[in-house]
Amino acid sequence: MVQRLDHLKESPSQTAGPYVHIGTNPNWVEITGVWKADLGLVLVGPDTRGERVIVEGTLTDGAGALVRDALIEIWQADAEGLHNSPAETRGKADAAFAGWGRQPVSDADGSFRFETIRPGRVPWPDGRLQAPHVTVWIVARGINLGLHTRLYFGDEAAANAQDPLLARIPEPARRATLIAPRTERDGVPVFRFDIRLQGERETVFLDM
Amino acid sequence: MSGSYFQRDRTWHPPALTPSYKTSILRSPSQALLSLPTSLSEETGPVFGHDMLGPLDNDLIRNFAKDGAEAIGQRIVVYGRVLDENARPVRGVLVEFWQANAGGRYRHRKEGYVAALDPNFGGCGRAITDGEGRYEFRTIKPGAYPWPNGVNDWRPAHIHFSVFGHAFAQRLVTQMYFEGDPMICQCPIVRTIPDRAAIEQLVAALDRNATIPMDSLAYKFDIVLRGRRSTLFENRMEGN
Repeated sequence: MVQRLDHLKESPSQTAGPYVHIGTNPNWVEITGVWKADLGLVLVGPDTRGERVIVEGTLTDGAGALVRDALIEIWQADAEGLHNSPAETRGKADAAFAGWGRQPVSDADGSFRFETIRPGRVPWPDGRLQAPHVTVWIVARGINLGLHTRLYFGDEAAANAQDPLLARIPEPARRATLIAPRTERDGVPVFRFDIRLQGERETVFLDM
Repeated sequence: MSGSYFQRDRTWHPPALTPSYKTSILRSPSQALLSLPTSLSEETGPVFGHDMLGPLDNDLIRNFAKDGAEAIGQRIVVYGRVLDENARPVRGVLVEFWQANAGGRYRHRKEGYVAALDPNFGGCGRAITDGEGRYEFRTIKPGAYPWPNGVNDWRPAHIHFSVFGHAFAQRLVTQMYFEGDPMICQCPIVRTIPDRAAIEQLVAALDRNATIPMDSLAYKFDIVLRGRRSTLFENRMEGN
């Protein structure tokens, strides 16, 4: 026998279940008066620096059915590529941009929509710049451990072509599942990010 | 602090596909995950200040109750620490929790169980860990409830937890169970976890020393988030 390492084990994950919104979005499920507003609904204010964009999409399961009870969180850098986090080592992020958002997908049509800004570029551990991206995290009934993925912007072809993470996806066709095509609505860029949990055109999920 | 987070031990966590928990069958990716070391995008995460909290945010007995009223059920205190895998306290992080009432009924528009709602119980709470990583809340012990998986499946009494940590890589949702509940081992959701020792990590111990005499029993539930590398490298002499 050898000595034990004194690391603890991470608490194992469990599904968030169908009623996750009681804890995360109580006002949305009509549990009112406990706290004023659900967290994470608004990312951008009048003082936030950067280009306003909308990211939106739907979540579908392995049978192509809409997932209507999921919770989605996003996390991203500000317009200069800095995170509003004490763990940010390179400078002070825009105080008017928290960088974190959270919302339930619609129980009518499984859609989500975040009004945010286009993030700046963040370095990979070796110093190369990553393409602008938004980290996306999904929990729901039937998902035992939260799923991490990333949204990249469809109009950043040059940066996407050099992105260290996208380059690590072995099948080029699967890279496209992380790149949200751009359209425009009322002059605002809209990036469509449909997340497919399983099967045809399955989204790439990350173990990071 | 710098350096990447320990890789998740995905043999300790439940796998995505666990057919006895039926909903996982169509909601589990069939392709392998793409494994990479964390970058700054995952080593950073949102921070929530203590000023966000209201005085009753961690008191589920009273935070939804009408004036002067309290929720019905067995009064308990749940407390513990949030640590990382290096056994360091994780300070100043948001912990959210939600649960059914004493009869096993959730206050959610999609929930149709016959057990009654408690007009004085909402079921949500939150806290921010202190300088030693401690959190606490008081509530009523939730009841077991049936769910449409097998013909006669019941969830053990449980409280859901959502924990933030200092990095988005540490984000975790899990469930707390209660010591001695015979339904823990029968539950298909508990049994998505392959290792018995990992299951035991989610079972809160009854703590008689922390009870409030003539008021509340107490359960202690520590939560462990991912740890971070601490090797000192030549090009990073400050260590971490």
